[in-house]
Amino acid sequence: MTFLTRDLACQQAVELVTDYLEGRLSRRHRKRFERHLAGCPNCSAYLDQIRQTINLTGQMTPESLEPAARDELIDLFRKYTRDPDQAD
Amino acid sequence: MVRAVGNEADLLGRLREHDETAFVELVEAYHTRLVRFAQTFVSSGPAAEDVAQDTWVAVIKGLERFEERSSLQTWLFRICANRARTRSGIDYRLLPIGAPGATVGRDHFDSKGAWIDPPEPWPDIDDRLAAATLAPLALAAIDGLPEPQRQVVTLRDVEGLSSQETCEVLSISEANQRVLLHRARTRVRAAIAPASRGGST
Repeated sequence: MTFLTRDLACQQAVELVTDYLEGRLSRRHRKRFERHLAGCPNCSAYLDQIRQTINLTGQMTPESLEPAARDELIDLFRKYTRDPDQAD
Repeated sequence: MVRAVGNEADLLGRLREHDETAFVELVEAYHTRLVRFAQTFVSSGPAAEDVAQDTWVAVIKGLERFEERSSLQTWLFRICANRARTRSGIDYRLLPIGAPGATVGRDHFDSKGAWIDPPEPWPDIDDRLAAATLAPLALAAIDGLPEPQRQVVTLRDVEGLSSQETCEVLSISEANQRVLLHRARTRVRAAIAPASRGGST
């Protein structure tokens, strides 16, 4: 496995970021990736930025429910629960 | 992350007894999220609203048959995905995910694969002011993604579903899910990079 004995290039390392964060790298590949990060501030910065991107994306709160939409859905619930046979 | 409903088993029990307050709780927690997810399949806002409404009808009708093999949340998003596919007429599961390849442009690296223009470290964007500036850019980037990537990143990173839940909702393999997520995150990062530190990558 010459592939594993070689050092990772940055270009390869950035493509492993998601597999790494998802815990899908084998032990050997993970160690190799972490070894690269330890010696590469650029790829460390890149990984940090991906993490920050994920955090930011997770902060997008959904819009609040309009009262009119809410009432419409409640009507729907009443229609289908009170007289399910008629509802279709 | 997003608001979840309280005790799911309790809520489900109440829903099955046709308790309206339980339905309101569920609708308040999920309706606008379902609309947002539906928009990753159908182009117009009103069409996404219709998909979400169809989803609720299917949920009400299906409560008795729901077997709790998945979480309520997964079930909701899955019904929504199926309704949306029917409406859009496109089954994204059948689209090729594209050839595997580099997601960070080759022009950022030299012939040995080392960075030519290394990413400059970002200041912490965790604070609210920075997040307020960057969130619209991230949102626009997500909106511009090819649909399968958009669906995966919406479920994983916007809605906070696990990879297993996301695969269940979209009926895709874990490996495909991961490839789509990787591409999506790479592009969202690139979209916010200039505003995050004032350069270009």
